[in-house]
Amino acid sequence: MSTTPLAVKPQKPWQATPRQRVTSAVVYLSSVFLTVAIVALTPLAGKLAYFFLFFAVLIVVDFIVHYIRLGSAAAKDSIVRTLVAAGITVALLPIISILLTVFNRGRRGIHWGLFTHDMKINSVNDPITQGGLLHALTGTAIVVLIALIISLPIGLLTAVYLTEIKGRFTRPIKFLVQAMSGVPSIVAGLFILSAVVYPLTKSLNGFVGSLSLVILMIPTIARTAEEVLLLIPGDLREAGVALGGTQWRTVAMVVVPAARSGLMTAVILGIARVAGETAPIILLTGGGDAVNLNPFSGPMGSLPFYIWKSFAVGTEESITRAWAAILVLLVIVFFLFITARVLGERKRK
Amino acid sequence: MTSEKENGENAMESALSSVANSAAQSRRTPGTQAMGVGLEARGIHAWFGDKHVLDDISLDFWSGTVTALIGPSGCGKSTFIRTLNRMHEFIPTAAMAGEVLLDGKDIYAPGVDVTKIRLKVGMVFQKPNPFPSMTIAENVLAGLKLAQIKVDNKDELLEECLERAGLWNEVKDRLDAYGGSLSGGQQQRLCIARSLAVRPQVLLMDEPCSALDPGSTLKIEETISQLSSSMTIIIVTHNMQQAARVSDYTAFFLSDGGPGSMIEVGPTGEIFGRPKDKRTENYVTGRFG
Repeated sequence: MSTTPLAVKPQKPWQATPRQRVTSAVVYLSSVFLTVAIVALTPLAGKLAYFFLFFAVLIVVDFIVHYIRLGSAAAKDSIVRTLVAAGITVALLPIISILLTVFNRGRRGIHWGLFTHDMKINSVNDPITQGGLLHALTGTAIVVLIALIISLPIGLLTAVYLTEIKGRFTRPIKFLVQAMSGVPSIVAGLFILSAVVYPLTKSLNGFVGSLSLVILMIPTIARTAEEVLLLIPGDLREAGVALGGTQWRTVAMVVVPAARSGLMTAVILGIARVAGETAPIILLTGGGDAVNLNPFSGPMGSLPFYIWKSFAVGTEESITRAWAAILVLLVIVFFLFITARVLGERKRK
Repeated sequence: MTSEKENGENAMESALSSVANSAAQSRRTPGTQAMGVGLEARGIHAWFGDKHVLDDISLDFWSGTVTALIGPSGCGKSTFIRTLNRMHEFIPTAAMAGEVLLDGKDIYAPGVDVTKIRLKVGMVFQKPNPFPSMTIAENVLAGLKLAQIKVDNKDELLEECLERAGLWNEVKDRLDAYGGSLSGGQQQRLCIARSLAVRPQVLLMDEPCSALDPGSTLKIEETISQLSSSMTIIIVTHNMQQAARVSDYTAFFLSDGGPGSMIEVGPTGEIFGRPKDKRTENYVTGRFG
């Protein structure tokens, strides 16, 4: 190929020509200029004014340019395009802002000791290099793991009931699961407090914290698993049954394995949903400062509790600690979401 | 309807005894002819909700033969074969009437274990549907696992089933690959091998080649020919040439807007050569309006 010069070269005629690029650059630049001019000449001021004026001006300028060059249909199209761009910016800005803030403030409190020490002998007012998060990390891990062990079978069986058995109660259960996913976490915490802690255990520990997370986790797992199971073609179910399998064996051996990667996503979304839950944890786990590996006895620390407690103290050191813990929690949740995405999109070989 | 059925049976017997020049007959070795009726449908009606879709179908399927069901879309062919292994009841609004006798016993009788019926009457679907979470070998043996059947030598059974489905040579070196990695035609033969592993007496095929290219179709047809000596095969097809190539008997179904009914049944050569009913003739010659 390289030796014989081709008469025809591959081209992309649908791409913008240099002239068009200059035009759009002029549109953007003049919009910026006009925005600045308007802000300077009117009583408007501040970041928000710049932000909204820029998009308003851009819509007008873009509309005029498109109207002159391509007519009214293209001009209307340009309005919608600018509005969409404005919408995505509005949606993204707070997220990016949160991430940057957490990273900037949190990184000052990050050091290796965080992951090897707890706060048994330190107070949150000690220098940031002393003490650590170990008790919070182990506590969160244990509480979430117990919640997962209880929620996964219940959530999965709910999803199987909704998609495979389709009994008389499918509609009410679907409705309840949806309603449950909107339950405020404090309600879940108070429910466990009044239904389990006061009448039964009479003490706060990691396990009752897990129970409140179960209430929050089941709807997430059930709904995600339901969506995943609905994607499995009915063909496979029929094939399993036509081979002499009972419905239970067909679901267990054909349908659920076929949905494996999607169910993995359901699990991880469930974990990510509850890992940062604060209200029920504050109510129920007792929030210890030392590493406690026994969920059935004694107070158990957790990341959200540690963050809440450190902020409440309000000294410089304690607030730095809180930001560091937020960064750690955010990284964990992010990591889980990314894992869920990768597992969900992975193609089978 | 009864007289038509008797005509059909008489015709079948005469066809069996004569040295018919049809291709279907010539490949049958004399010793394996036989064999009596393996599966009998008696007065089958079917409904979906209030809609009566199948009207009084009576049809016998002889062991060791291939029966093709032809007819335009919506005439109830697929519904009919799904009544033969009790897959019809999977549709929530479905209802039926009539009897299906397998070895003389009604498969709809109270107390019959439906999973055992489906083991004896296997099914291959329109779209190839290997189980995506399983390898080729696991797919073939899936029926054993699903039905909890113990087999002494799984490797032998695996090879035998793939061999009979005409797929062994193509996959013997990659039995651990996933079923989804095969081509469409290979996947369909894998599904056939999967059905064979539980040793059914009857194999129902619901348009098994409609999603396949002509080359794969030919392979499946070869597979059908090979299988037909040892089991009863019932195939629904829209491809008239296919019906003529693979089947010993052909039944023509038609719906005139109401429920589908069987217009005519007989040896394939007669249905395509000298159909008794004008409507059959119109359909098989392509003049169907």
